[in-house]
Amino acid sequence: MHALIIDDSRAMRRILRRIVEPMGFNVLEAEHGQQGLDQLQQRINAVDLILVDWNMPVMDGLQFVEALRSDKTIPHISVVMVTTETEPAQMARALMAGVDEFVMKPFTAEVLIEKLQLIGVTIGNPICR
Amino acid sequence: MTTSTLTPDAVSYVCTTVRNRSAIELDNSKTYLIEARLAPVAKQNGFASIDELIQAVKNKGRLGLESQLVEAMTTNETSFFRDLHPFEALRKTVLPAIRTKNAALKSLNIWSAACSTGQEIYSVAMHIREHFPERASWKVQLIGTDLSDEVLAKAKAAKFTHFEVNRGLPAALLVKHFQRQGTLWELCPEIRNMATFTKLNLIERWPALPRMDIVFLRNVLIYFSPETKRMILENIRKVMAPQGVLFLGAAETTMGLDAHFERIQSDNGVFYRLK
Repeated sequence: MHALIIDDSRAMRRILRRIVEPMGFNVLEAEHGQQGLDQLQQRINAVDLILVDWNMPVMDGLQFVEALRSDKTIPHISVVMVTTETEPAQMARALMAGVDEFVMKPFTAEVLIEKLQLIGVTIGNPICR
Repeated sequence: MTTSTLTPDAVSYVCTTVRNRSAIELDNSKTYLIEARLAPVAKQNGFASIDELIQAVKNKGRLGLESQLVEAMTTNETSFFRDLHPFEALRKTVLPAIRTKNAALKSLNIWSAACSTGQEIYSVAMHIREHFPERASWKVQLIGTDLSDEVLAKAKAAKFTHFEVNRGLPAALLVKHFQRQGTLWELCPEIRNMATFTKLNLIERWPALPRMDIVFLRNVLIYFSPETKRMILENIRKVMAPQGVLFLGAAETTMGLDAHFERIQSDNGVFYRLK
């Protein structure tokens, strides 16, 4: 099982990795949305969870999700947006685009784990398809 | 401000006071909890340490200080849709049964019996809004009670911090039912007005309550002695409708305490139904 973490902050990628690795995920990393799409194209069917930031260079998180959901060659993958964006209208826009859940920064490991449980991902049982 | 380790006398005094005022059992192993909960109370009241606060409570030097101490020690952790499974059981099993059982009465009463800052009863309200369309023609009462005036005031205000809405609340419900006001998130009147709040101490005389179809008493009994647990369960039974449903915390049970409940498993959730 693989989780793809897309964030331009190396520190944030490390924090997220430390939370999801004990849940049984092998972690892939990308620094922006385009790199995330490239990773997915190389590993279609291998990624089960995506944690994606919103504000990033090259391709932001919303653009990434729009591209992901419009590419019919990629099966449905659960997407959690981990972001500082807290404007309800913007959040609604991202949900419409296909984001499954939000975690607002700053957050604790417990918050992320609870949000993953909401979309059916639990510790030791990272099955989300 | 110094929060040095409390003296055994101070810990003992807090445990005794909390037990006398709320019947909640604390012991020396909860020293960290006492320090964590009382440090803000000491600071707010201008004391240099928790020991000074406790000394002032002992001397009864300031009105309301003892109540603040008890309230700080009895405020339970809460979050929206905490533990998830009870809400799934509510949707899949409990509400469909009540839909049939109360079809003639057209009423539904739900009680969050230690509601803290309101997240549980508001989660129920959002759940009813989403999954119980009968609410439009039924009389639905959602009641939250707690022994703390402070948490009840916060529950009524229905304004939550970034951290509070980040925990357990699905994003779709956040954007649907909350308005952001600066750093706080305010619940919309439509959901907020579904719930009412009343002060109630589970070990003292209760105010009048309607006949309850569903009672949430999660992570409350764990703090009480077996005798007090029995007394609370008996009193709760008296306000429950026939075949009423009781939700307890994952580590709690009625087994060995009250034989009038049967344990029902609903997927990963458990509830107790009056026989």
